[in-house]
Amino acid sequence: MFLVFLILAALTILGTAAAMGLRKPIHCILALTVGLVGLAMLYLLLGAQFVGFTQILVYVGAVAILAVFAIMMTQGGKMNIEPHPEKPSSSTLLAGGAVAGAVFAVIAWAILSNSPSGTTTPAQPSVTVVEIGQALMHKYVLPLEIMALLLTAALIGAVILAMPKEQEKS
Amino acid sequence: MLGVGILKGLAETGRNFLGSFVSKDRLTTIQFPEERAPRIEATRNFPFLVYDGTDPMSGLRCVSCFICEKECPPKCILIEKSTDKKPDATGKPQFYPAQFQIDISVCMSCQICVEVCPFDAIKMDTEFELSTQDRFDDLLLPKQRLAKSNEYYHEIHPTEAAAVDAELAAARAKAAPKPVAAPAAVAAPAPVAATLEPAAAPAAAPDTKGSAV
Amino acid sequence: MTPETIDQIFVITKHWLLGYVPAALQPIVSAILSVVPILLAFPLLFAITTVLERKGLGRIQNRYGPNRVGPLGILQPMADGIKSLTKEDVVPRAADQIVHFLAPILIVIAAFLAYAVLPIGRNMVVVNLNAGLLYFFAIGSMVELAVFMAGWSSHSKYSLLGAMRAVAQMISYEVPLVLASIVVIMAAGSLSTVAIVEAQTGYTYTFPHWFVFTPWGFAGFILFMIAATAESNRSPFDLPEGESEIIAGYYIEYSGFKFALFFLGEYLGMFATSALAITLFLGGWSAPFSWLTWIPSYLWFFAKLLVLIGIFIWIRGTLPRLRMDQLMGMAWKFMLPMTLLNLITAGVWHFMPGGILRWIVCTAMVVVPCILLSRSMKQGKTLQVRTYRYAE
Repeated sequence: MFLVFLILAALTILGTAAAMGLRKPIHCILALTVGLVGLAMLYLLLGAQFVGFTQILVYVGAVAILAVFAIMMTQGGKMNIEPHPEKPSSSTLLAGGAVAGAVFAVIAWAILSNSPSGTTTPAQPSVTVVEIGQALMHKYVLPLEIMALLLTAALIGAVILAMPKEQEKS
Repeated sequence: MLGVGILKGLAETGRNFLGSFVSKDRLTTIQFPEERAPRIEATRNFPFLVYDGTDPMSGLRCVSCFICEKECPPKCILIEKSTDKKPDATGKPQFYPAQFQIDISVCMSCQICVEVCPFDAIKMDTEFELSTQDRFDDLLLPKQRLAKSNEYYHEIHPTEAAAVDAELAAARAKAAPKPVAAPAAVAAPAPVAATLEPAAAPAAAPDTKGSAV
Repeated sequence: MTPETIDQIFVITKHWLLGYVPAALQPIVSAILSVVPILLAFPLLFAITTVLERKGLGRIQNRYGPNRVGPLGILQPMADGIKSLTKEDVVPRAADQIVHFLAPILIVIAAFLAYAVLPIGRNMVVVNLNAGLLYFFAIGSMVELAVFMAGWSSHSKYSLLGAMRAVAQMISYEVPLVLASIVVIMAAGSLSTVAIVEAQTGYTYTFPHWFVFTPWGFAGFILFMIAATAESNRSPFDLPEGESEIIAGYYIEYSGFKFALFFLGEYLGMFATSALAITLFLGGWSAPFSWLTWIPSYLWFFAKLLVLIGIFIWIRGTLPRLRMDQLMGMAWKFMLPMTLLNLITAGVWHFMPGGILRWIVCTAMVVVPCILLSRSMKQGKTLQVRTYRYAE
């Protein structure tokens, strides 16, 4: 189990690091997809089947496709995308490194102060889909309805953006 | 309602599928190398030379008049006249072609040679599976390959062949008393009488020739 | 050899083989033994389907199909395989080499992964996930990414356009696909495919409890099949492929074995969604009548799969190709409302007491919106008699 965790963690870290480091935007998106799939498999390792598969369904099936469409629409004409040639300056590197270090420190402190020592075996799937459904319908029904409203607004906005214009074009 | 048209279409193709196993008109494919489609009579591909009788070389109707060679638009016919004469099917001595070649890589099947031949010697063949390995020499068909019998001509173009035979027989019947009457040493008035009095001819012809008109 | 033994012969064989393996290796060997039959059976089914399709389409079109290679042409896939293996692999110089190489591989991987949750027979599923159905749809959404990768990496404007259209079509039809299967989840009460098949194995007076024999199930089945046809880019929704005859589709720059991999991926996707339709609506591996249960369950599964493949081939031979706007219009304006109304119908069915009244009400709730929606879709498009004007 620990070996599997190491492999998946390495896959996720490599994927997301490549997403930052690769030169062509499409390669970055595909590397990010690898990282997201690694994350989904980590969820599965923890026993959260619903969340893991929803992660793939939503992130890989929708968000990654949205990102590639975005890249295609904005830079689709230029298929030979030249990577940005300049190296970042030292002050940029310093600021970026400081922020990354601070975030890492906060997360590490949160994790280390909460988890028990040593490795743990993954728990049985204690949260089944039935329980998620019941929680959504009873306890969290208000956030559910607000999300539905948000999604409807987004859908209507998309339809309005995509509708053909009524005024004639010259 | 949506879907009714689709169901009708599905019924039609289903009927086609199931019918293709039972009835021939729902499966109209002819499996080519093993079966052939029947050809209509007016099919034509490249010319061939007709011979009467059994010997291809001596029975050729062609007398080397060179009319087809002159009339051929792409000039694909080459004829060499012989120096001697040999008797043709009616017995009259005629020249014959020593060499008769048609280049079928050039021939365009226009049938002009057939139309102008006064001796009904060259007719259109229907054979089309003529491909060879050599592009030039093997497509230059010589006299030996071009000569095909009158029976073959009847097979491929029955009505045409029957009409040609009737014409040739009529011409032969009209011309028959001349060569036959001379060796019999009948007086000159006899053929003159035959041409002047058509009524006497049918009476004279069966006696001398012995063949039906 | 009782019928139960024949039915469970593969399971028994697998356990017997596992007995020879030391305990430490047993999980891995068990996984391999479960996966290898899928890797063997479904490509074989792919080969058989290519012959069946070509001969079936040929008979529909008044001709023989291929009949030279083996007796009746059944060895044609071997000839096709040799051809695709020996063709030169042409990759455009400006193409993105890594992505170009990975796209067909990703499609085949995603197509094979989807078979992991389909129960082929009684106790014969590779892995019984609690959220099996969700896994299936998650894997299906990876296919769209692979299609896009194929279109982008070929570095050709036409292939990019074809990929965009293909991805748009697949995304649009994924919504009715998932919604049409939600009614089954509601009825069976579980996301696990094994539980869904178990819920359909009962018989009342020799008639099976399949979900397709209910009004909402029948409507759901039809909608699911239409969406499945569109998901696997199959005629009449094969605009991304058919366009490759006119202008390039998304796999025009692929040749040889990679092209064959795309075809393999597409057909495997078709088999996977057909198998899911069988699992959800047609009772999985259960027999149609209670006196036929002596026939092994996996034979029923493959028989139903062959029937559905035959229907796919029949529809391919019948219908002309849909245009892009007609396709998308049907997805969003017809199928999405129908699937949502189907959900309500399934709910009404669940809460009404059993009897003839619930049949009438639910059938009306399915048929009336169908007629109204189809009328509204045809509204703006009346066929007029064409008049031609000739130039003077």
